[in-house]
Amino acid sequence: MTLNVVWFVLIATLFTGFFVLEGFDYGVGILIPWMGQTDEQRRLLVNTIGPFWDANEVWLITAGGAMFAAFPNWYATLFSGFYMALFLLLLALIVRGVAFEFRSKLASSRWRQTWDWLLFTSSLLPPLLWGVAVANFMKGVPIDGRMEYAGTFWDLLSPYTVLGGLSLVLLSTLHGALYLSLRTDDALQATARETARRIGVLTSLVLLAFVVMSYYNTDMFIKAGVDPGAVPVLAGMSLLAVPFFIHWKRDGWAFFMTTLTIIFSSITVFLDMFPRVMISSLNANWSLTIFNAASGPYSLRVMTIVALTVLPIVLVYQAWTYWVFRHRLRIGGHLDY
Amino acid sequence: MLNVFLARWQFGITTVYHFLFVPLTIGLIFLVAVMETLYVLSGNEDYKRMTKFWGKLFLINFAVGVVTGIMQEFQFGMNWSSYSRFVGDVFGPPLAIEALAAFFLESTFVGVWLFGWDKLSPKMHALAAWLVAIGVSLSAVWILAANAFMQEPVGYVLHNGRAEMNNFWALIGNYQLWVEFPHVWFGALSTGAFFVTGVSAWYLVRKRNLEVFTRSFQIGVMFALVGSVLTVVLGHEQAQHLMVAQPMKMAASEALWNTSAYHAPWSIFAVIDGAHHVNPVDIKIPYVLSILAYNHTYGAVPGMNQIQALYQTRYGPGNYIPLVWVIYWSFRVMVVAGTLMVLLALYGVILTLKNRVSQHTLYLKWMVFAIALPYIGHTTGWIMTEMGRQPWVVMGLLRTNLGVSPTVTSAMVWTTLLGFGLIYLVMGIVDVYLFIYFIRKGPDLGEDPSEMDAKRMSALS
Ligand code: HDD
Ligand code: HEM
Ligand code: HEM
Repeated sequence: MTLNVVWFVLIATLFTGFFVLEGFDYGVGILIPWMGQTDEQRRLLVNTIGPFWDANEVWLITAGGAMFAAFPNWYATLFSGFYMALFLLLLALIVRGVAFEFRSKLASSRWRQTWDWLLFTSSLLPPLLWGVAVANFMKGVPIDGRMEYAGTFWDLLSPYTVLGGLSLVLLSTLHGALYLSLRTDDALQATARETARRIGVLTSLVLLAFVVMSYYNTDMFIKAGVDPGAVPVLAGMSLLAVPFFIHWKRDGWAFFMTTLTIIFSSITVFLDMFPRVMISSLNANWSLTIFNAASGPYSLRVMTIVALTVLPIVLVYQAWTYWVFRHRLRIGGHLDY
Repeated sequence: MLNVFLARWQFGITTVYHFLFVPLTIGLIFLVAVMETLYVLSGNEDYKRMTKFWGKLFLINFAVGVVTGIMQEFQFGMNWSSYSRFVGDVFGPPLAIEALAAFFLESTFVGVWLFGWDKLSPKMHALAAWLVAIGVSLSAVWILAANAFMQEPVGYVLHNGRAEMNNFWALIGNYQLWVEFPHVWFGALSTGAFFVTGVSAWYLVRKRNLEVFTRSFQIGVMFALVGSVLTVVLGHEQAQHLMVAQPMKMAASEALWNTSAYHAPWSIFAVIDGAHHVNPVDIKIPYVLSILAYNHTYGAVPGMNQIQALYQTRYGPGNYIPLVWVIYWSFRVMVVAGTLMVLLALYGVILTLKNRVSQHTLYLKWMVFAIALPYIGHTTGWIMTEMGRQPWVVMGLLRTNLGVSPTVTSAMVWTTLLGFGLIYLVMGIVDVYLFIYFIRKGPDLGEDPSEMDAKRMSALS
C-alpha cells in the first residue's frame, strides 16, 4: 500500500522535473523569434539549450513510462481519453526535436526562418496543452464506471482550463528568459532581463487569476480550506520575489525563484489530486486512485528498487552536464547547432 | 473492426518507420566510438575528421530516431488502452526502465558529445561517445524485453483479469529475449557498417578524400562482415527457438500446411493458395528446413493445419493461422538480404586484404546500393515477427482485436494516422536531403561547414 504512495510521489517528481527543466527550454524556444534580431543571435539562443533539451524531454518520457508501469489504468485512461490533445502534443514534440538538429544545417535564410517559426510554435504548444491538461486534472473530467473517458476533445476546453494553459506558457517563458540571462552576455543578456521583467508582471496576474478560479472550479477549497497551507503560498511568494532579484541583477537568484514557483505549484496540484490520479466529474467513486489504477505489489516493489538506484545516478550526471556547459555563449564564438 | 484495422496500420507504419532510424543509430554510434578511440590512441587527425564526418550523419539520423520514438512511447495508451490495462503490470516496467536507464544516458551524453569538443579532454569526449553507444544498446535490450514478453509470455500470473508480474528475473531471462536481442543488435551493427562502407565506396569511386575514406571503408567492411555473419547465425538460433515457442509462425514462414516428412525440405519459391490451404507451386531444397529448425538433417516440422487443430482445442474456436504469404515472403526476403550481406562483406574483406579495393569500381558501386540491404532485413524481420504472431497481440493471452481503445473512434484514428503519416513523410524527405547534402559536401570544408555559413550570413545582414 505504501508503495502506491511512493510511486505517486515518484511520478509527481518526474513531472515536476519535466516542468522545471523542459520549462526553461520551452521558454527559450518561445522567445527565439522575439529576442533574436539577427540570425546569429537566434542561433546563439538555440545553442544555449542545445546540450540539454533532449535530456530534459526524457523527464516526460520517463514520467510516461513510469505511469504505464506503476498505474497502467491511469496511463490507459489518460492517453486514450485525451487522444486529440496528445496527438497535437506529439506533433509538436516531433517537429521540435528535428528543428533543433535541422535549423542551422543549411545557410538559406528561408530555411532558417521556417525552422525558427516551427520551433516557436512547437515550443508554445506543449506548455499550453500541459497547462490545459493540468487544469482538467484538478477540475475532473467525465470518466465512467469502466474507467473510460466519456467526453470529447472539446470538453477539455473551458475558460478555466485555457487559463491554466496560458499560465504555464507564461511561467515557462519567464523561466526561459531568466535562463537566458544566465547563459548570454552583453546586449542579449540585457534584453533577456528586460523581457523577464515585462513578462513577470503579466505572469503574476494571470497566475493569480488562475488560483482564484481554481477555488471555484475544483474541490481545492473543500479539501484544503480557506488557508491553502504553506506550499501554494511559497509558490506565490517565490514568484513575487522574481522582480526584485531582476532589479538587483541577481539573475541566478531570479532563476532559482521561478524554479521554486514551478516546483511548489506542481506539488500543490499533486497534493490536491492525492490520492486520486484522475478525478471523475460524473461520480466521485469512479475516480482513478493510486489504488484502483495501480500495478500489483510485486511490480511496484521491483520498480521501486530500480528507480531508487538509477535515478540518483541520473541526477549526478545530469548535474555534471550543467556544470560542463555553465559558460555564457558569446556572439562570434563557436556554435555547434 | 475498422478501429482494429486502422490501429494496426498505425502501429505498423510508425514502428517500422522508427526502426528505419534505430538500427543506424545503434550501429553508427558504435563505429564512431571506435573511430574516436583510434583518434585518442593514435593522435592521427584523419581519425578525428572521420569521427566528425560520421558523427554529423549520426546526429541527423538520431534526431529523427528520437522524435519517432516519443510517438512510440505514447501510442500504447492512445490506440491500445485495453492492451495497456491488460499487460501494463508486466510490459510497463521494461519501458520505464528503458527510459530511466537508457534514454537518460543516451540523451544526456549525446549533448555532451556534440557540444563538448572544446570543453572536455579527448579521452572524456571519447568516453561520451561510448556512453551513447551503451545507452542506445541498453534501450534495445529493454524494449526487446517488452517485445519478447509479447512473443513468449513468462514471469506473470493472471490475476484480476490481467497479467501481473510475479518474477522479474524470468522476464529479463526470457529465452526469446536472448535470441532476439543479439540478432537485432548485430543486424543494427551491420546497418551502421554497410552505411559506412557504402558511403566510403561512393567517395572511393570518385577518388575524393582518399585518406579518410580508405580507412573508413576498411573499418566499415570489417564490421560489416562480423555483423552480417553473426546476424545470420543468430537468426538461425531464433528459428530453432521459434519451433518451441511459436511453431505456427514457423509453419507460416514456410507455407507448410501439413506436417512435413522426417527430413524436411525448405521451400524457396511457392505460390500460395491461402483459401484452400494448398500451394499449387512449391520448389524445395531437401533437408534444409530440418537444419533451420533443429540444426540436424532430420526432424519433422509441424504444419499449420495440425497446429490449428491443436490450438482450437487449447484456446477455443477461431482462426489461428496468420496471413501466410506475408510471413512466407518476408522471411525469404530477410534471408536473401542476409545472404547477400555476408557475400558482399566477405568479398570486400578479401579485396581489402589483397589491397585491391580501389581497382574494383564495379564492386564499389554495388556497395553503395548494398546500404539498403540491412534496412530490408530489419523491416521484413519485424513484419514476419509481428504479423506471424497474429491473431495474438500477446501470444496465447490476448487477441489483437481486444487490445484497442474502446473510446477512440475510427475518425480519430484516421486523423492521427494521416497526421503522423504526413509529418513522417515530410521529415523523411528532409532527412534524406540533408544526408545527401552533407555526404556530397564531404569532410573537406573546415571543421564545421554550417558555422561558416552562419558567419557569412551575419556578414551579409
Ligand atoms: C532494438 C532497438 C529499439 C526498438 C525495437 C525500439 N527502439 Fe525506440 N529507440 C531506440 C531503440 C529501439 C534507440 C536506438 O535507443 C533510439 C533511436 C534514437 C534514439 O535516440 O534512441 C530510440 C528512441 C526512442 C525514444 C526517444 C528517446 C529519446 O528521446 O532520447 C523513445 C521514447 C522510444 N525509442 C520508445 C520506443 C518504443 C515504445 C518502442 C516499441 C514499440 C521502440 N522504441 C522500439
Ligand atoms: C519492439 C518494438 C516493436 C517493433 C519494432 C514492432 C514492429 C511491428 C511490425 C513490423 C508490425 C507489422 C506491421 C503490421 O502488420 O501492421 C507490428 C504490428 C503490430 N505490433 Fe508490433 N512491434 C514492436 C513491439 C510491439 C509492441 C510493444 C506492441 C504492443 C502493443 C505491438 C503490437 C503490435 C500490434 C497490435 C500490431 C498489429 C498487428 C498486425 O497488424 O499484424 N508490437 N509491429
Ligand atoms: C539468413 C539470415 C537470417 C535468418 C535465418 C533470420 C532469422 C530470423 C527469424 C527466425 C526471425 C523471427 C524470430 C521470431 O519471430 O521470434 C527473425 C527476426 C528478425 N530478423 Fe532475421 N534472420 C536473418 C537475417 C536478418 C538480417 C540480415 C536482418 C537485418 C539486418 C534481420 C533482422 C531481423 C529483425 C529486425 C527481426 C525481428 C526481431 C526479432 O524477432 O528478432 N534478420 N530473423
